[in-house]
Amino acid sequence: MSEMKKIKNLKEFSTSADRFEGANLLCPGCAHSIIVREVLNATNDDMVLSASTGCLEVCTAVYPYTSWDASWIHIGFENGSTAVAGAESMYKALKNKGRLKQPERNPKFVSFAGDGASYDIGFQWISGCMERGHNIMHVVLDNEVYANTGGQRSSSTPIGSSATTSPAGRVSYGEKKNKKDMVAIMAAHGIPYSAQVAPNKWKDMVKKIQHGFSVDGPVFINAVSPCTTEWKFDPKDTMHLTDLSTDTLVFPLYEIIDGHELNITYRPKNVIPVEEYLAAQGRFKHLFKDEYKYLIKEWQERVDANWAYLQRREEARV
Amino acid sequence: MAKKGWDEFEIGAMLRTFDGKIDDIAGTRQEDRAYSQNSSYTASVADWRLIKPIFNKDYCIDCQFCWIYCPDVSIISRDKKLIGVDMDHCKGCGICVEVCPTNPKSLLMFPEQADEETEIANWPKKDEEEA
Repeated sequence: MSEMKKIKNLKEFSTSADRFEGANLLCPGCAHSIIVREVLNATNDDMVLSASTGCLEVCTAVYPYTSWDASWIHIGFENGSTAVAGAESMYKALKNKGRLKQPERNPKFVSFAGDGASYDIGFQWISGCMERGHNIMHVVLDNEVYANTGGQRSSSTPIGSSATTSPAGRVSYGEKKNKKDMVAIMAAHGIPYSAQVAPNKWKDMVKKIQHGFSVDGPVFINAVSPCTTEWKFDPKDTMHLTDLSTDTLVFPLYEIIDGHELNITYRPKNVIPVEEYLAAQGRFKHLFKDEYKYLIKEWQERVDANWAYLQRREEARV
Repeated sequence: MAKKGWDEFEIGAMLRTFDGKIDDIAGTRQEDRAYSQNSSYTASVADWRLIKPIFNKDYCIDCQFCWIYCPDVSIISRDKKLIGVDMDHCKGCGICVEVCPTNPKSLLMFPEQADEETEIANWPKKDEEEA
């Protein structure tokens, strides 16, 4: 059972039996469940899951219902990763003592968290898990805002975005601080694998998840998750927004192996100007006023600089 | 069940998804699983929907894009073939229609009260300009 599930194409992938159920209370068109499904379907092994407080947690575990067909735990905002790390430590200890009833089963330990629970509140806990070297995977559903509580800014919110605690108006263009580079921070722990993924590139994503399951040690995955409510776009455009985010290189897809070896895994054939990505979302609407137009230029420069940085790091292999 | 006071609740709650034991969950199809009443599979969000997708299998090429991108596990795919839409769990977001690559699309959104057979009979023809 511990051998890797073979997924050659989407038809083969579609024979997977889902372990995440519908009738959860996520918004129509929410990308969270697309990411969760792609992660869970990437393996046939048993799973031990957790979710930190956030949209995913409150919407999939509304008493008396649960949407998970696997062992799943929720404790607090910050400690989803440590809960799974604890389960993993117990599993290792019991295995070493020979007290497991079915030692041939090889469960996978995954914790899901939003960007608030990873970039801000759970940061210390995740850092601890990565440093202690637990054999877990931490998946961030990065929607760049505290969507569950009404759209407050998090340290993942990008410049110019209008959030309820950094609103755009007469005196401000919204969020003024740039997004934290979480993948690089986690890679700096020297963990075996950290990667940025997007649900629209499902093959790239499944490949990365499976690689993450196969390595021994902590794995960090940052997944872009467009939020129809807080990014303010039509629910049917979720995949269009994800396409835009990867093809404008706002969310470049890459992986970092052993903390230093960076590989870019997706190079768009036609790079789209960032302006299109910004124009598709209501949270950047004010940037198209005359007084804030200079920010769009700055956005493009920032994205270009980041892409150049990634390419140079890939070349230099450091 | 008698109403409980605030200090009478158990601390923590454990919900079981299944009645009885399932050994190989990843190898068991949804229709073969014994869901308990605590699984959200037994619940319905059909009343969220204003528009609903209708599936026309004549044009479907079984690319499975709708299956992978459906956020609500509502596209039912068996043996690599798309067989229908789970109307209890579909919230009517319309992602499946957006990602459908066929011309004309094999999934389209219609008002909730639309009749499936009538709409399939009046399905739009191939759009030559787009092709």
